[in-house]
Amino acid sequence: MTTGRPQGTGLLEVDGLTAGYGAAPVLHDVDLTVGAGRIVAVLGANGAGKTTLLRTISGLLPAAAGRITFDGVDLRGVKVERMVRHGIAHVPEGRGVVTELTVDENLRLGNLWRRRPKKRGGLDEIYDLFPALAGRKNHLGHQLSGGERQMLAIGRALAARPRLLLLDEPSLGLAPKLTAQILGLLRDLRDRTGLAVLLVEQNVRSALSIADEGVVLNLGRIAARERADKLAGDADLRHAYLGF
Amino acid sequence: MDRFLYLTFDGLSRGAVYAAFALALVLIWRAARIVNFAQGAMAVATAYAGYSVADATGSYWLGFLVAVTGGLVLGAVVERVVMRFVDHSSPLNGVVVALGLVLIIQGVLGMIYGDGYRPAPAPFSRDAFEIGGIAILSRYDLFVFAAVGAVVVLLTLLFTRTATGLRMRAAAFAPDVSRLLGVPVGGMLTLGWALAAAVGSLAGMLVLPTELGLHPNAMDLLFVSAFTAAVVGGLDSPVGAVVGGLVVGLLLAYVGGYLGATVAPMAVLVLLVVVLLGRPDGLFARAKARTA
Ligand SMILES: Nc1ncnc2c1ncn2[C@@H]1O[C@H](COP(=O)(O)OP(=O)(O)O)[C@@H](O)[C@H]1O
Ligand SMILES: [Mg+2]
Repeated sequence: MTTGRPQGTGLLEVDGLTAGYGAAPVLHDVDLTVGAGRIVAVLGANGAGKTTLLRTISGLLPAAAGRITFDGVDLRGVKVERMVRHGIAHVPEGRGVVTELTVDENLRLGNLWRRRPKKRGGLDEIYDLFPALAGRKNHLGHQLSGGERQMLAIGRALAARPRLLLLDEPSLGLAPKLTAQILGLLRDLRDRTGLAVLLVEQNVRSALSIADEGVVLNLGRIAARERADKLAGDADLRHAYLGF
Repeated sequence: MDRFLYLTFDGLSRGAVYAAFALALVLIWRAARIVNFAQGAMAVATAYAGYSVADATGSYWLGFLVAVTGGLVLGAVVERVVMRFVDHSSPLNGVVVALGLVLIIQGVLGMIYGDGYRPAPAPFSRDAFEIGGIAILSRYDLFVFAAVGAVVVLLTLLFTRTATGLRMRAAAFAPDVSRLLGVPVGGMLTLGWALAAAVGSLAGMLVLPTELGLHPNAMDLLFVSAFTAAVVGGLDSPVGAVVGGLVVGLLLAYVGGYLGATVAPMAVLVLLVVVLLGRPDGLFARAKARTA
């Protein structure tokens, strides 16, 4: 097993995490660090435990053992609905657009965690990032295409002004061009604002092209942890776990 | 023609109350996917409290306030203490628990206040004034329209114009996503029950002076009419609940007026069955009611 710890302080630190559903754990002794302003890609086959990892970090699932700290705060005692106050936004697998609400209402939800939400809450910036949404403000979520829903879910998470974005398979069902556009946006945000991203992706090549680091999950354990460019170039690892 | 006008206004003023009560059922349905069969009993309980205060202080309005705030509190308590712990994997569980609540509330009321009817006076005259020689509306009817209208307007503003309203809608539609965005989903559910019960109590206070008076079972018939109204409107739709309430009110008035009072309750049941068979999602299912 290769270990290449990222430089800098870990914004998110996961130590010896064991978690799952009911009695049998899915994740075993997972260690992971995401530094501020870094993009870490979590790779691995279907069922490896990637979604479970994100859900445990954001508190949707309880941890059976191990520690999760964010900016020095132990997250295990933090309720799901308070995560966003700490600066963590989670875009769940399958996107989570509220289909009964309009585009604008979905976006506004992103900054409702503040006691006094700002009047427009910087939503205009989000519309600038995703012009396709600006023309559909009053459309209901279920009227949107898959790509628009993905933009909306990410835009809503960004409206919360997180320091760490947990993204679960943003490219699922999207055209390659749109995927590239979204990943490019993440890279820009990292460079401009210091956003940290924990990115779960099936699309290994694209993910590694923007990530600083890649982590390979296999059957719920960390099988490899490498700088993204090295991981992309490591033929053995690719063959063993990533299938290309 | 005079009779038709009279019945129409009578139906609309009854319908306004059904609308308010149906709105209470819809609020809880949207928030929790439960038909609150205890709504009537809860409203009666707070009406007893309200009229007790009114009797003791001589102020109807103080009693009115007690009844509505009592509804707010009772709704929150029922959600926090009872409904939150019901396993909602089967919709029947919530129904059974609600029916249990009805028995408990009616039993306790019977023990405290006895089984007889107590007077429930109206705050305004129920004598209709004449317009163009036809007696159509009383001051009390106007009060009912104003009160229900205010509830509809306030709820609409809450849900469409405020951050809390948006939080409540999001929490109901997508609890997990809402949690991730920092919405206190449990709190929104409690608030939904509290508001619904307060509206139910208001409807109860409005209907009691037009019926036989206070009795532990006084709201049973109102419940059936309002439930029908809510189903006609599609359970999910506040607009549908209001329209459904007016439809049921008119139906009761016309059938009662032209065919006889004993037939009227049957007409409501027939309407309920016809809607359930023909359009089980309600007449407003296709409208974009959920955003309202
Ligand atoms: N809700 C659930 N209940 C029980 N087991 C689950 C649940 N969700 C996922 N699992 C199991 O956990 C394992 C990891 O799933 P998941 O984290 O979704 O993987 P990935 O996101 O990497 O495809 C799988 O074996 C899956 O069957
Ligand atoms: Mg997954």
